[in-house]
Amino acid sequence: MKVNGVEHSPPADPRRLLSDHLRHDLGLTGTHVGCEHGVCGCCTVLLDGAPVRSCLMLAVQAEGHEVKTVEGLARDGSPLHPVQQAFHECHALQCGFCTPGFVMSVVGLLAQHPHPSPQEVDEGIAGNLCRCTGYASIRRAVSRAAELSSPLVGKSGPQGRDGAR
Amino acid sequence: MPRRSDPRLVKPPPFEYHAPTSVDEACSLLGSLDDAKVLAGGQSLVPLLNFRLARPAHLVDINRIGGLDRVYERDGGVAVQALARQAAVEDSEIVARVCPLLRDATKLVAHRVIRNRGTVCGSLAHADPASELPAVLLALRGSVVAVSARGRRVIPASQLFTGVFETSLAADELLAEAWFPASPRPFAILEESRRHGDFALAGVVRAGKRLALFGVAPTPVLADPRNPTVGLEPSGDLEATPEFRLHLVRVLTEKAFAA
Repeated sequence: MKVNGVEHSPPADPRRLLSDHLRHDLGLTGTHVGCEHGVCGCCTVLLDGAPVRSCLMLAVQAEGHEVKTVEGLARDGSPLHPVQQAFHECHALQCGFCTPGFVMSVVGLLAQHPHPSPQEVDEGIAGNLCRCTGYASIRRAVSRAAELSSPLVGKSGPQGRDGAR
Repeated sequence: MPRRSDPRLVKPPPFEYHAPTSVDEACSLLGSLDDAKVLAGGQSLVPLLNFRLARPAHLVDINRIGGLDRVYERDGGVAVQALARQAAVEDSEIVARVCPLLRDATKLVAHRVIRNRGTVCGSLAHADPASELPAVLLALRGSVVAVSARGRRVIPASQLFTGVFETSLAADELLAEAWFPASPRPFAILEESRRHGDFALAGVVRAGKRLALFGVAPTPVLADPRNPTVGLEPSGDLEATPEFRLHLVRVLTEKAFAA
């Protein structure tokens, strides 16, 4: 399987969950593990570009597929991914435990809806729990991320940086 | 540096893992293994494994079978194969045109991230009494195709759901395809849940004149739209009393048939 562009062999034990494999075998601890039964969304990663729960997959099932974790969004020292940048700007995290899951879900949401309506934003993040309850900031961050991802960013007009809410 | 692997870090109970690459191979495994479970999307089965509530001796993972993820028109309806993800059904142009009721119902299944992996056929085989898709299949008079090494048979929805998480599928059968007839108009699916994406406390499906209920009996059930709660004895839990569930059935039925 490819993880963040690097080829890895799957674990020997088929009982190993993808979430545990990422964290314990590959050292990619950016993927957090909360409820381990698919409710909290902390372990969300991209599988062939679509967000999925890594705690609800066996690692061996990722063989032949491409996995992207939060570590794969931006290289060390390079600018943050637009979704990460938006979370930073909008203070969309407090303790940060849920953040990698939110960020990966939002990457998937914006791939599906580049300009999400407020309802699409709510539905897009409804599968992720934040117990610091920063949802208002997270909603703002999703809209901001959509702006940052848009090719109009930096140009004049209401869609540009100056027009940001 | 990656940390050293700790082999103790596994949640599911011991099982033998099988990854067939054809339907025939899957059927021969299901026919020869004792206590085998089919793994498709895993969005219900893997949580059960993680909690060790399910302890199958064998897992037959069908995800490596090619060409089993089609959504296509058949016999005036839409056929959904075993590996078609709920998200693909939700986005399908064919489903939107032929069976928009199925599209609307799929949107109510958990969250998009779950639907990216979960399958329509898996929801039917899992047969959660509070699940939307079994009730839709029942309301539409749909059916499923079960295949095994012994052959294939069509099971109508009215004979598929036999109890809580129980179906008439035999242990050696694979639910290879579901068939949803075109949705008659008017149609509606309405449900009430505590939080977005949760299982419904109660829900109703309208397909023309037919009404199916979910979340209020061990299986989805057909009901009379004029008197939908006759004979119903829903269970109560922390989230809803039986009386409240009956109330929801009445209100949701009224709304669904107001159109």
